[in-house]
Amino acid sequence: MEDYSKLKAIAGRLRRHIINMVAAANSGHPGGSLSAAEIITALYFKLMNVDVAQPRWPERDIFVLSKGHATPVYYAALAERGFFSPEELTSFRAVNSRLQGHPDREKTPGVDMTTGSLGQGLSAANGMALGAKLDGQHQRWIYVLLGDGELQEGQVWEAAMTAAHYALDNVIAFVDWNGLQIDGEVSRVMNVACIKDKFAAFNWHVQEINGHDFGEIFAAVERAKEAKGRPSVIIARTIKGKGVSFMENQAGWHGKAPGQEQALQALKELEVE
Amino acid sequence: MATATRDAYGKALAELGAENQDVVVLDADLSGSTKTAAFAKEFPQRFFNVGIAESDLIGTAAGLAASGKIPFASTFAVFAAGRAYDQIRASVAYPNLNVKIAATHAGLTVGEDGATHQMNEDIALMRALPNMTVVVPADGVEAAAATRAVARHRGPVYLRLGRPAVPDIHDESYVFDLLKAPVLREGEDVALFACGYMVHVTLEAADMLAEQGVSAAVINVHTVKPLDTDTVCRYARRCRRVVTAEEHSIIGGLGGAIAEVLAEEVPAPMVRIGVRDTFGESGKPAALLEKYGLTAKAVFAGAMKLMP
Ligand SMILES: Cc1ncc(C[n+]2csc(CCOP(=O)(O)OP(=O)(O)O)c2C)c(N)n1
Ligand SMILES: [Mg+2]
Repeated sequence: MEDYSKLKAIAGRLRRHIINMVAAANSGHPGGSLSAAEIITALYFKLMNVDVAQPRWPERDIFVLSKGHATPVYYAALAERGFFSPEELTSFRAVNSRLQGHPDREKTPGVDMTTGSLGQGLSAANGMALGAKLDGQHQRWIYVLLGDGELQEGQVWEAAMTAAHYALDNVIAFVDWNGLQIDGEVSRVMNVACIKDKFAAFNWHVQEINGHDFGEIFAAVERAKEAKGRPSVIIARTIKGKGVSFMENQAGWHGKAPGQEQALQALKELEVE
Repeated sequence: MATATRDAYGKALAELGAENQDVVVLDADLSGSTKTAAFAKEFPQRFFNVGIAESDLIGTAAGLAASGKIPFASTFAVFAAGRAYDQIRASVAYPNLNVKIAATHAGLTVGEDGATHQMNEDIALMRALPNMTVVVPADGVEAAAATRAVARHRGPVYLRLGRPAVPDIHDESYVFDLLKAPVLREGEDVALFACGYMVHVTLEAADMLAEQGVSAAVINVHTVKPLDTDTVCRYARRCRRVVTAEEHSIIGGLGGAIAEVLAEEVPAPMVRIGVRDTFGESGKPAALLEKYGLTAKAVFAGAMKLMP
């Protein structure tokens, strides 16, 4: 067994940033940020080939946060990775900030694609994957993170067809399968099951993992990279609000800021972890 | 000679493809009609058909632009500006990505396909978007020149193209300047501003006005955004009377853009010729233009209404 204690510590730091950012802004999306902390940590602290000194380095790996509301975890990772100072995280969602409510590739160093209107990120990722192939860059990986509720958007399936049709094996998509969206359980609002079968039917390479387990994330990405001629999707079972007892599995914490006491309580729980 | 602006676009695009390896083209199952098929045939590696999926068309183009390509994305105007408006807004205009949306079959002259296919609101929609440039060529020569110009321009562009052949009004010596509205005819009594299909119609109207002793200036406003406000204001000041003509709703298009500028800068009596807040219908293009008042006669009558 490999020791992931360093990465676990980073994921813990990201979670604390999430709470602090959303509490300071009194606005933002903690639930879907907390559920993605391990996936984002794995990407920015192990998997992705990026250069913080040149955010637009043409040979970098790319990440598209298609579920753009999860900016707290994204900015926390970019800051901890060194694209900008963690001190800047306090400006999240404030006027004149580089850290917009949803990702803005023009404003934030390290952000590869502007998102926020759900359903559009996979199309953009495909475009970048096509671009990389045209340039003969077969070692560049294009990662994208989708929400499970987001899969209800028709454009996701248009893009799923495009990725398979053009054999975009440089695309690796994660689905943050936390089972919740704004109005409640995904299965009740508009059931997207069976997600695996759907992607398989679209001719994708499909895996299901525990999205909070670094070992499973890395093994899945390795297999995804070996799947030639097909795009890959990693359906990551997660817990929305993961790490904060009163937020876990609560749809109400999708886009709500904790009050001062709640924030302190959350930070205390995350410290212990 | 008469050429459809979409034909000229398709031809120019294929030529561009040979000159610039960064030019890539996307279509959504309409490459025969949008005329991107010529590029597809010559450069299959740089042509991507996404199928009948306009949202994905725009999103994929955005990704290609983000990786340094110059994507031209084509489909009918109604499916680009209409169906994929939010994709254009969120994935192209807001991130200021270098995507060229070349939309064909704009306006009433689509003809028999009827109202679902006749896009009369696209200039208004695209003009309202920050970062967007909106170009409406008047003939084949201008469409070819505009295709090259927008490829050179950095930033999102909406290039509005038509289905039917239109008479050539420019010759091969024509130099296209994205930021300058060319004056096709000088005049003193009324300024006629037109774009796209209505430019040659407006020239006819100017002839009819001349026969009545009215001296009409004709300005081809090929770029509705950014608007050449210098030329617009200068001619409004000189002629004191203004007519606009477009194959588009009178709401929010060329007439709207010019009214906005003149109301603040050079208030002048004005008549807008265009589709009058209604949907189109099936019919031959000529019959529709007649029925919806997009004729030389209508432009003429509009100008005469302003004369003392
Ligand atoms: C096109 C669009 N429609 C609606 C919204 C509003 N919205 C923001 S987040 C969200 C729910 C997302 O749920 P899911 O994809 O499951 O994300 P997660 O649970 O990971 O937060 C909605 C409806 C949006 N951002 N974009
Ligand atoms: Mg969810």
